[in-house]
Amino acid sequence: MKILVCISNVPDTTAKINFTADNKALDKNGVQFVINPWDEYALTRAIELKEAKGGTVTVLNVGEADTEPNIRKALAIGADDAIRVNTFPKDSFFVAQQIAAVAKENNYDVILMGKESIDYNGSQVHNMVGELLGIPSVVPAFKLDMVDDQTARLEREIEGGKEIVEVKLPFIASAQQPMSEPRIPNMRGIMTARTKPLKVVEPVAADVKADYVTYSKPEKKSGVKMIAPENAGELITLLRNEAKVL
Amino acid sequence: MSVLVFVEGLNGEIKKSSLESATYGSQVAQKLGTTATAVAIGEVHEEALTRLGEQGISKVLYDGDSRLNQFVADAYVKVIAKAVGQESAKVLVFSNSNIGAAIGAKLAVRLNGSLATNVTALPKIDGGSFVVTRGVFSGKAFADVALTADLKIIAIKKNSIDISTSGGTATVQSISADLTDADFAEVPKETVMQETDGVLLPEAAIVVSGGRGMKGPENWHLIEDLASALGAATACSKPVSDMDWRPHHEHVGQTGITVSPNLYIAVGISGAIQHLAGVNSSKVIVVINKDPEAPFFKAADYGIVGDAFEVVPKLIEAARALDK
Ligand SMILES: Cc1cc2nc3c(=O)[nH]c(=O)nc-3n(C[C@H](O)[C@H](O)[C@H](O)COP(=O)(O)OP(=O)(O)OC[C@H]3O[C@@H](n4cnc5c(N)ncnc54)[C@H](O)[C@@H]3O)c2cc1C
Ligand SMILES: Nc1ncnc2c1ncn2[C@@H]1O[C@H](COP(=O)(O)O)[C@@H](O)[C@H]1O
Repeated sequence: MKILVCISNVPDTTAKINFTADNKALDKNGVQFVINPWDEYALTRAIELKEAKGGTVTVLNVGEADTEPNIRKALAIGADDAIRVNTFPKDSFFVAQQIAAVAKENNYDVILMGKESIDYNGSQVHNMVGELLGIPSVVPAFKLDMVDDQTARLEREIEGGKEIVEVKLPFIASAQQPMSEPRIPNMRGIMTARTKPLKVVEPVAADVKADYVTYSKPEKKSGVKMIAPENAGELITLLRNEAKVL
Repeated sequence: MSVLVFVEGLNGEIKKSSLESATYGSQVAQKLGTTATAVAIGEVHEEALTRLGEQGISKVLYDGDSRLNQFVADAYVKVIAKAVGQESAKVLVFSNSNIGAAIGAKLAVRLNGSLATNVTALPKIDGGSFVVTRGVFSGKAFADVALTADLKIIAIKKNSIDISTSGGTATVQSISADLTDADFAEVPKETVMQETDGVLLPEAAIVVSGGRGMKGPENWHLIEDLASALGAATACSKPVSDMDWRPHHEHVGQTGITVSPNLYIAVGISGAIQHLAGVNSSKVIVVINKDPEAPFFKAADYGIVGDAFEVVPKLIEAARALDK
């Protein structure tokens, strides 16, 4: 089975987010970047499937050279090879077109992504790639098993419940907890990752339809009003009469 | 030209999040000097459709094909694409639900539109420019995004729009899109809905959430009783669902679901930055924690430093005493 895992390179979950002086870009100073947490669920599930059924796991990132440490980390966790499309990910549709172009060339059986990138929070790329390739996209899935060589059984979350779906290869799924238990790279993995192939390809011409104009941060809270524990019931009164949320 | 709003049904009624989309859609229509049409698919009562007039919808296109009672992406996309054509829609509005995000993305590709999900405010429209504000960096920031294609597709973050109820009644027309078997290739084998006597978490206006400070699943009746007294949904922190004290679908935060209720009450949760990422756009946050140094207090509007096992029963009592 040929599996493609798309990973995005995002600020660490504990990062404080700041923007450049003109508010037009993320200020990367002091920000550590990680593999998007949801993509790690996709990656480990892909590696588990490979271990069980044989095949290869390729990781793909659309990004500039500074994403390579995290691509190497994915290789250290257990992917076999990697592709980086050398361009800034301008918007979801742009990224989706780059991924679709790579996928068309390589005929993957399964394409796994994360439920959402924690920087853009788009939840778009997987469904867009599915539409571009004309294959099913099961989003967001929290369970993925192969029924036979040609069929996968997935459980996807819907508001208020879940759906069990069976799809034929090829398909796309986006991962969320608890699809797998993300792994930490071991020493041997880190050593072998250095020599695993990482191919850099140039982007295909693609449209951008959303133009990020400016960024801003939410207003700071005005401060917390404390209530003594023995008068806890008072809180309910404040929530009704002052905050007007009850 | 018009604004088209896709509304989702649940048990024959229109979901609250879709009433928000309908309100948003009519307000955009007003700005553009046009009218807002809704499109509804599957099992929805006729009265619920006409009542969309209250949110300013003038006309509802309805496809009641029983094969569409469950969500099938390709079939839904075809119906909505037909409605877009029929209405010459230039703006298409969804709720940022799993369904909304899926069809939004597919339609953006198919109809060559610009898509913005997680949108939190009305667009700024100035001549040819159409700019929406959307939540990014997991609630830590907003981005203003110009949608440059002719067709603008917008998925609204839940609870970011106050539902208006001042309009009239909408007329209902049927629509159908010549669906073939191929459009139903991806019908789910099985759909399992959670047993809930309460409120669905993603739709809830009030959420009561418990963390590791609750000590164990046997104490969750405190969270549940407070929730039911307030008409709230229940949620939890990640370790709580990791330890199987609560189901995974209740886990909020960076790696769980994002909620933005009017009121979020956190009991025995420390307020780790990954937890805050899922709740920081709640309008009012209440924190109950025995540790005065718990980081969550910095993000709170109201706080009680105290033992949950003493404080929560008092809250339940006060909440039950409220006249509804
Ligand atoms: C990549 C990554 C992603 C993550 N994603 C998420 C996520 O999506 N959601 C999430 O929640 N976490 C997430 N986490 C975990 C997060 O960092 C915290 O570990 C977690 O939120 C802590 O949960 P908690 O507050 O319930 O437990 P704790 O941090 O153990 O806090 C328990 C709190 O209860 C208080 N307490 C104890 N007893 C009482 C009592 N009797 N009465 C009142 N208060 C009491 C304590 O003072 C303490 O503040 C993530 C972590 C990582 C690294
Ligand atoms: N720049 C990127 N490179 C590779 N994959 C990406 C990129 N951006 C997003 N993805 C994938 O698409 C998923 C959804 O992203 P998004 O639509 O931005 O929320 C992510 O979890 C990744 O798997």
